[in-house]
Amino acid sequence: MTNSAEPAGGYDLAVVGAGPAGLAAAATAAEHGLRVVLLDSAPRPGGQFYRQPAAELRAARPQALHHHWPAFQRLLGRVDAAAERVTSLGDHHVWSVTGESGAFTVRALTGPDQRQARSVTARQVLFATGAHERQLPFPGWTLPGVVGAGGAQAMLKAGLVLPGRRVVVAGSGPLLLAVASSLAAAGARVPLVAEAADYLGYAAGARVLAANPGKLVEGAQHGAVLLRHGVRLRPRTAVVAAHGSDRVEAVTLARLDAAWRPVPGTEWRVACDAVAVGHGLVPQLELPLELGCRTRRLPDGSAALVVDAAQRTTVPGVWAAGESTGIGGVQLAVAEGELAGRAVAGQTAAPRPLLRRRARLRAFADLMAARHAPGSGWTGWLDDATEVCRCEEVTVREVRSAVAELGAADQRTVKLLTRAGMGWCQARMCGPAVARLCGAPSADGPDVPGPDVAVAGQDDGAPTRPLSTPVPLGLLAECDTTAPSSEGAPR
Amino acid sequence: MVVIGAGMIGAACADALATRGMRVAVVDRGPVVGGTTGAGEGNLLVSDKAPGPELELAVESLRLWGELAGELGARALEYEPKGGLVVARDQRAFAELRASAELQRAAGVTAVDVPADGLREWEPHLAPGLAGGVHYPQDAQVQPALAAAALLRRARATGRVDLLTATAVTGLAKGRVETDAHGTLHCGAVVNAAGTWGGEVAALAGATLPVLPRRGFVLVTEPLPPLVRHKVYAADYVADVASGSADLQSSAVVEGTAAGPVLIGASRERVGFDRSLSAPVLARLAAQAAELFPVLRDVRVLRAYRGFRPYLPDHLPAIGPDPDRPWLLHACGHEGAGIGLAPATARLIAQLLDGEKPFMDPAAFGPGRFEKEES
Repeated sequence: MTNSAEPAGGYDLAVVGAGPAGLAAAATAAEHGLRVVLLDSAPRPGGQFYRQPAAELRAARPQALHHHWPAFQRLLGRVDAAAERVTSLGDHHVWSVTGESGAFTVRALTGPDQRQARSVTARQVLFATGAHERQLPFPGWTLPGVVGAGGAQAMLKAGLVLPGRRVVVAGSGPLLLAVASSLAAAGARVPLVAEAADYLGYAAGARVLAANPGKLVEGAQHGAVLLRHGVRLRPRTAVVAAHGSDRVEAVTLARLDAAWRPVPGTEWRVACDAVAVGHGLVPQLELPLELGCRTRRLPDGSAALVVDAAQRTTVPGVWAAGESTGIGGVQLAVAEGELAGRAVAGQTAAPRPLLRRRARLRAFADLMAARHAPGSGWTGWLDDATEVCRCEEVTVREVRSAVAELGAADQRTVKLLTRAGMGWCQARMCGPAVARLCGAPSADGPDVPGPDVAVAGQDDGAPTRPLSTPVPLGLLAECDTTAPSSEGAPR
Repeated sequence: MVVIGAGMIGAACADALATRGMRVAVVDRGPVVGGTTGAGEGNLLVSDKAPGPELELAVESLRLWGELAGELGARALEYEPKGGLVVARDQRAFAELRASAELQRAAGVTAVDVPADGLREWEPHLAPGLAGGVHYPQDAQVQPALAAAALLRRARATGRVDLLTATAVTGLAKGRVETDAHGTLHCGAVVNAAGTWGGEVAALAGATLPVLPRRGFVLVTEPLPPLVRHKVYAADYVADVASGSADLQSSAVVEGTAAGPVLIGASRERVGFDRSLSAPVLARLAAQAAELFPVLRDVRVLRAYRGFRPYLPDHLPAIGPDPDRPWLLHACGHEGAGIGLAPATARLIAQLLDGEKPFMDPAAFGPGRFEKEES
């Protein structure tokens, strides 16, 4: 067990997120002598990518479901080796980070049902908060049996549970192949993978691909597994409707044109008892945005943190690594974590191979983001009754009416006029779809106006989620027993 | 007419003017309801106002809200005539509260004293040990964004209203409004309904209106079965509104909503347009809400949002013509009461523009009152 008493004067570094980037950053910083606290909402480290089965399931070979497992073991080994200087706080849901360089307060919820408060202080903070899946709705997507592709993968890795016996995998992005191959390897029948983008698009990035042979091998490995299990890959294809009464029983697929518009007359039906669907990943930014970190627009329209060569954000004392700086996969996340950990520890000269590796992987990531960027024509598979926001049951018709009659042109205005995004998930699920339905500059994730959008009162890219996770009122009431700091004082 | 601002006040003005047959352009540099309207609770209160012109405006305005709910549908506005319950923590506060209610009754407000042992009949989950309260049946609630949208929709349905969002006003002069996106708009008069940014709009015409922002946070809980029936707050709220202090003033207003979540609001700070999270303020709001309703202690807060209330030095709105520019009518600076006061404000503006006798004397709201103070 790691040392859990906070050092006098606080930790040198708080790392939020114990996925690949956070583990690499924490290990590296600790190896350079910093006292690090590493917080994550999951009980065990690994993040989404290396999600581990619950201990009580006694999985004999969790690595069977994982790629790059040895690399994960090495990271865990490094954290263990530096255990004297790393405090690992699993099952800690961070809901707020406030303060400034030299004195940050990280507030988290822990314990059964997240009913206990815990806060730590640190001189610097590093966000390795990862990403969540982008969902684009389609008629029938609220039926039981329709699950997120990443969610299906997580269920499999954490609970060793399959979403169904016959699973259609659909959406867009490299994750789909990994999900399909994991599902097939675990015994599910996967009749096909429907990828909305055109794989041929990669040809345009041949030079970047050639520089990333590892990525080609990875793709080929998935391909081999899929081939062995008879899984067909259908590019430029989407699930345009799911059917069933109590649960999904079939889907309608259709060919798409280059803009993702369904081509009339190409529909066909496939029987299944589950659909695993996802349209790429969106950086998770609530916490850094609350601190005022600036964002940039990724090629697929989502927002990611701006970082410099040392992984420093635009706010002093705040660093970021991994998907929060742009979706790039596990290898890039680890490289960024290493670089960030070194830089936080004051190592100004980064090893050149590591820098080159990051640049190469980043170029690949940008290529992927551009190739899998949702086309504008996807709204063609919606009907007016399709629910966009599941929490508040807001339909496409209501969103379109707010746009047509009141000129709503951004996610926040649609939310105010329709309640879309006001519910439990706080628009994590419907945000990207709503932004696209109202023709916003494809602002994914937490209501992030583009840098050119100067709306009175919410210019400056400010988000609207001061709480990044639900907090019991009683704990919120007790969260600040210290005297109000300058943040609450008049200016 | 050009109405600057597509928030609650602008929407109400557009509706009132269009109903009288005037042609209106509503101009906003952002989207509809993008400012304080989109960040408020939708309080329609008489209970927090001392007798005087603002209370007179509020009584008329709440009557108009009731009419609007009848015309547009209570559901469309999420209008709830739920009434308010102001509670006192100790005997001294209860005595002050009762005295203030007595004065309000003389000004046309319905206010019913509730003894300590009667509080639970009104609010079963209230904390024990409170000294008593006053029930105000006129207090009500709307969802401000929906209410503003409903008024804008009705105004536009007359065919006499253009809605120009994402359009910034760059210049103001008699008969002309210069914009960045739609060129010059020619008009007979301009209504400044820019809320917290009303001072900036006034400055474009060379006028001075000292509107300042006052930050507030609102906490929103997870959806709950009905726990809180009225708008409930502690009696020190009334003192906060009139406070001249720049320090944090906060007394939680707790209320249930039609959609399920409980809203907890009313923190007030003067920190300029600083949007950063203030943990002490959120903690204090939460503590006060839990003090009134211990049952909320285990309820989860889903989100917190913030807004900027527009306030003027004497905490009264500016409603009426600019002292030196009769073509420019101000309708802003309502602080935390803009949603409640919107219909009556719009009525005053429409009556002034129509040359009709106003339903009340608007002198107290005269935008020229600050010049006099200076000279």
